[in-house]
Amino acid sequence: MPGAIYAEGLVKTFGDVRALDGVDLDVPEGTVLGLLGPNGAGKTTAVRCLTTLLRPDSGKAVVAGIDVLRHPNEVRRSIGLSGQFAAVDEYLTGRENLQMVGQLYQMRAKAAKVRAGELLERFNLAEAADRPAKTYSGGMRRRLDLAAALVVSPPVMFMDEPTTGLDPRNRQALWEVIQELVSGGTTLLLTTQYLEEADRLAHDICVVDHGRVIARGTSDQLKARTGGERVEVVVHDREHITTAAGLLEGFGKGAAAVEEHTRKLTVPVAGGAKLLAEIIRELDARGIEIDDIGLRRPTLDDVFISLTGHAAEEAARNTEDEGAAPGRGKGSQGRKSKKETVK
Amino acid sequence: MTAVTETPRTGAPIGDGGIGQSVRDSLVVARRNLIRMTRIPEVVIFGLIQPIMFVVLFSYVFGGSMSIGGSTNAGVYREFLMSGIFAQTVTFATAGAGAGIADDMHKGLIDRFRSLPMARGAVLTGRTLADLVQTALTLLVLAVVALLVGWRTHTNIGEVLGAFGLLLLLGYAFTWIGALIGLSVRTPEAATSGGLVWLFPVTFVSNAFVPTDNMTPWLRHIAEWNPFSAIVQAARQLFGNPGVADSSAWPMQHPVWASLIWSVLIIAVFRTLAVRKYRNATA
Repeated sequence: MPGAIYAEGLVKTFGDVRALDGVDLDVPEGTVLGLLGPNGAGKTTAVRCLTTLLRPDSGKAVVAGIDVLRHPNEVRRSIGLSGQFAAVDEYLTGRENLQMVGQLYQMRAKAAKVRAGELLERFNLAEAADRPAKTYSGGMRRRLDLAAALVVSPPVMFMDEPTTGLDPRNRQALWEVIQELVSGGTTLLLTTQYLEEADRLAHDICVVDHGRVIARGTSDQLKARTGGERVEVVVHDREHITTAAGLLEGFGKGAAAVEEHTRKLTVPVAGGAKLLAEIIRELDARGIEIDDIGLRRPTLDDVFISLTGHAAEEAARNTEDEGAAPGRGKGSQGRKSKKETVK
Repeated sequence: MTAVTETPRTGAPIGDGGIGQSVRDSLVVARRNLIRMTRIPEVVIFGLIQPIMFVVLFSYVFGGSMSIGGSTNAGVYREFLMSGIFAQTVTFATAGAGAGIADDMHKGLIDRFRSLPMARGAVLTGRTLADLVQTALTLLVLAVVALLVGWRTHTNIGEVLGAFGLLLLLGYAFTWIGALIGLSVRTPEAATSGGLVWLFPVTFVSNAFVPTDNMTPWLRHIAEWNPFSAIVQAARQLFGNPGVADSSAWPMQHPVWASLIWSVLIIAVFRTLAVRKYRNATA
């Protein structure tokens, strides 16, 4: 049985650009899927196709059990969309905005009014409820936008980069709201460029690049694929680099990577914290002074780099610079680009 | 194959997809746009200043040098001019509609609306209805100013109200052209200039400010079939103002019918195009 959000072979082209190049998604009811990728990867296009804003060239999409292409208006009753750019009317007050959205979800005026009041309370906007949204801070606007998407408590939610442009405190607050929402059983598809965000909120993650899903799995599965933990050591003396490298390789599972100018050595290991203690003792015994040592678990950033050969932020910058041009060089030198498609 | 999951909802839904829903949704959107107008009164005020300036400038600058039906009396020109200014005022409201819709697209509000289970044409209908209210207010103020500078009507109240009704209908029809422009351009700025630029030939190649008698024949021909001329001629006739052109062209002989037909035709064509464009709109 297909999940609450299901897509098969979605393709959408804009001129020469294949924004979506055969995307398959399946989000089980009550779970969160994180669509992770740089700017221009096709995340927003995917959301727009699934929320009836854009008609895909080909493929199939089912949301809340309803065929998106055949019955778009029925789908609209069952979804909430919170966009990248907070889509609220800035000249209307928070209350007026929510009331309007409620009425356009076909609630009666009175019910829409009551619901608006509840949401303003819940999203901590009660005090600002009767001020034009123009006067709201960025975080408040996002909360209002999210509240607008929740007016009818839709079973399926889409959030397109919900925290882009927010400061860390507001991001944290919004994450808490989203987590609360999901614990109530809502199915959520979330796009993000922030690996930390996907890590924190999503049950499953799809990594998207150039309109394709290039990897999928849980955060832990994806991290495991990049090759586990590493120990990082920064030695104090440049002369000690070679000795330390030899020593580390004795403990590790492979060759040590050396960064001469920062005196940093990295080696893949298996064994965790216990191993770290042993390494420290051994370094000490040999009189190698260190500035820093740490056990580093792979981040989703590492995942992204190992999958695409470039970091998410670099890809975003390159996409902006070069548009659809094929070669994306900057920043990816020395890293082997291995694109893999996992089922 | 689809087992439609019931949506948990607050309150019973009233949307049935029928005409009732269209009307309701349009009114919700119209209300939103009217609230906006009260929050940005500058827009309404500038919308008023412009036609008032036209009245004053045309009356006093051109007033003495225009010959209307053989008379160069400035008072006669003022009465001749007013119908033209009224008509120009209702058509210039189109630029506002276009800019407003382009702004909604730009800010992502159109996306929000398009993701809601609302009637398809309601966003545009709501906008055009709100503009109609604004235009009616502008006309009212303008009529008062016109009375102050010496404009008078010489018919009965029914005909005068009929003239204003026709003016508003044409203005409403033109806002659909503005809506289509707003949906077709990328920025609100482009919508403002794009929404105005075509209005100059439409309003000037007409009988609005000068009699068509002295135009070269081909230009005169265009002017006489211009929908804008029809409404101006109709208004002059219904107000009993001077300068009703004595022409053999059908719209000039039956200006009331001509402006009604033009208005309905423009609404039919441009509403269809604009709603179709809206459905496929991408910000």
